[in-house]
Amino acid sequence: MITWRGVLSRFLGDPVAIGAGVVLLVLVLMAVFAPLLAPQNPYDLMQIDIMDSEMPPAWRAGGDERFLLGTDTQGRGVLSTIMYGTGISLLIGAGAVVVQAVLGITLGLIAGYRGGWVDAFLMRLADIQMSLSTLMIAIIVLAIFSAGFDANTYADYAIFMLILIIGVAEWPKFARTVRSSVLGEKNKEYVDAARVIGLPPRRIMWGHILPNTLTPVLVISTIQVAEAIMTEAALSFLGLGMPVDRPSLGSLIRSGFEFIFSGSWWITFYPAMVLIALVLALNLLGDWMRDVLNPKLRRGED
Amino acid sequence: MPMLEVRDLHVAFPQGKTDEVEALRGVDLHLSKGERLGVVGESGAGKSMLAFAILNLIAEPGRVSDGEIIFHGQNLLDLSEREIRRIRGNRISMIFQDPMVTLNPVLTIGTQMMETLRAHRRISDAEARRLCIEKLKEVSIPSADSRMEAYPHELSGGLRQRVVIAIALLTDPELIIADEPTTALDVTIQAEIMALILKLCREKDVALILITHDLGVVAEVTERIMIMYAGKCVEEGPTRQIIDAPRHPYTYGLLRALPQKVGRGQRLYQIPGSMPPITALPSGCAYHPRCERVTDRCRREIPELGDGTACFSPLTPVEAAS
Repeated sequence: MITWRGVLSRFLGDPVAIGAGVVLLVLVLMAVFAPLLAPQNPYDLMQIDIMDSEMPPAWRAGGDERFLLGTDTQGRGVLSTIMYGTGISLLIGAGAVVVQAVLGITLGLIAGYRGGWVDAFLMRLADIQMSLSTLMIAIIVLAIFSAGFDANTYADYAIFMLILIIGVAEWPKFARTVRSSVLGEKNKEYVDAARVIGLPPRRIMWGHILPNTLTPVLVISTIQVAEAIMTEAALSFLGLGMPVDRPSLGSLIRSGFEFIFSGSWWITFYPAMVLIALVLALNLLGDWMRDVLNPKLRRGED
Repeated sequence: MPMLEVRDLHVAFPQGKTDEVEALRGVDLHLSKGERLGVVGESGAGKSMLAFAILNLIAEPGRVSDGEIIFHGQNLLDLSEREIRRIRGNRISMIFQDPMVTLNPVLTIGTQMMETLRAHRRISDAEARRLCIEKLKEVSIPSADSRMEAYPHELSGGLRQRVVIAIALLTDPELIIADEPTTALDVTIQAEIMALILKLCREKDVALILITHDLGVVAEVTERIMIMYAGKCVEEGPTRQIIDAPRHPYTYGLLRALPQKVGRGQRLYQIPGSMPPITALPSGCAYHPRCERVTDRCRREIPELGDGTACFSPLTPVEAAS
């Protein structure tokens, strides 16, 4: 049986897990408290001066101590934009996973528990969804969306659209995982016992079977946050994600990309490093969690 | 009028595209209020199938293909899913074999008990909690209060089965179906649990269907016995009569196979052969290939349960006593 104490002691005994956990914690805190911590507010046009554009990091010749990591082409401090951008990336990642989880868990539970044609129908639907790449769907929908509305409307709703699209496009991963766990669980006797007690199927599915399938759900949730952040970054890089004035990490990378060869590498480099650190930390934590929660890989002590 | 009456119950499972095989081949059963019936047979005889069929819970793709299950004058097979749910766990409870697996591992004992109550009664949380603790005390669980927050893995096998019994009793049912309730427990605990079930049934005048392959247990607890073989009832009657003077050769074989029937140092008796799978039943009486008293008629015709036994050449009391 897994206890919180056991998980904690495993966590503290694993340097990789601690490292990934610390990186993630720092990035999350940095994003949450960005308005307090950031040297400038990159959304506030009053604080931005075009004269400050393309300044190198502070320690290099021509740098300014106000802008530790230099400035981008519009004179925003790279450090400040990263702090705000990480928040937007995390928000989209987490939001998309919530959408994925709600859709995927519901449909996976129903498919696994009902079986028969319901299962066949939902899983074929999942197959179809999986055969269309997330990026392709997102590009089509976002292209239509950005063409159909003016830039201001687009900027206002881009974050919701990204959450919705990445969420809807990736539900089969949750659905398949949950379904396969449900198939394993539903023939166990405690389910028979719950039916004998006279509980309705809805209560058996959500109250009895779901809690027994949460382990894999927890693991893929973590990995899927990383995946969603990457997808969002890719879309933003293609110019279909967050608008330039509310940049995510992806849009920051894109905004500096054109200037790499003119020498202003820092505009792209630092957001990219943060993105890599964020995704790597999430993936490492996901892997660690999978190992810890897998009873077959568990060691004797907990 | 009996409380529960099962008439000519057939349960069938599909085999291949069009065929069906029968797991129960016409079972009759009757039970009055407060009566305790033992259902005895080898593994695969259809005992558990009978229990699930009574609650109309035969797992897909199986189905009740024929027969009636009359509970208080109402055919349970005619009820809608919603209507029968009001009977399951409320008026008819079930106790399963292995308490390790019948309690949900991730929910506390309290959650699982309260849920049962809330499924059938409209009561407040506090009242439900009070009732649950009361039932836990009734099944002699020490420090019942704190057990409400315990998870199943924190309890021993015996305690867990007591919890299962407490859950079965929560709604004051009229009938409890116990499917081998002691098989998965330590021998020392078995007698305790059986005594507890017997005591509770007597006190509350609850009817009991005890499914087991242990004739010894049945002899102590039940008033009537039904012997099942390959999906059919082969002998039925008052417990004492069947134990003392079995008439069907199969019952006789089962009784002879009890270790206490054999003297010290003697070989234990074994019924030759094994029960045929339901997909390959022999012609005539399903028991005839293993029977010592087989006649030509046994190979051709299926004997019906008349006069308490389904056999063409039943043992006489004198033979049974030897």
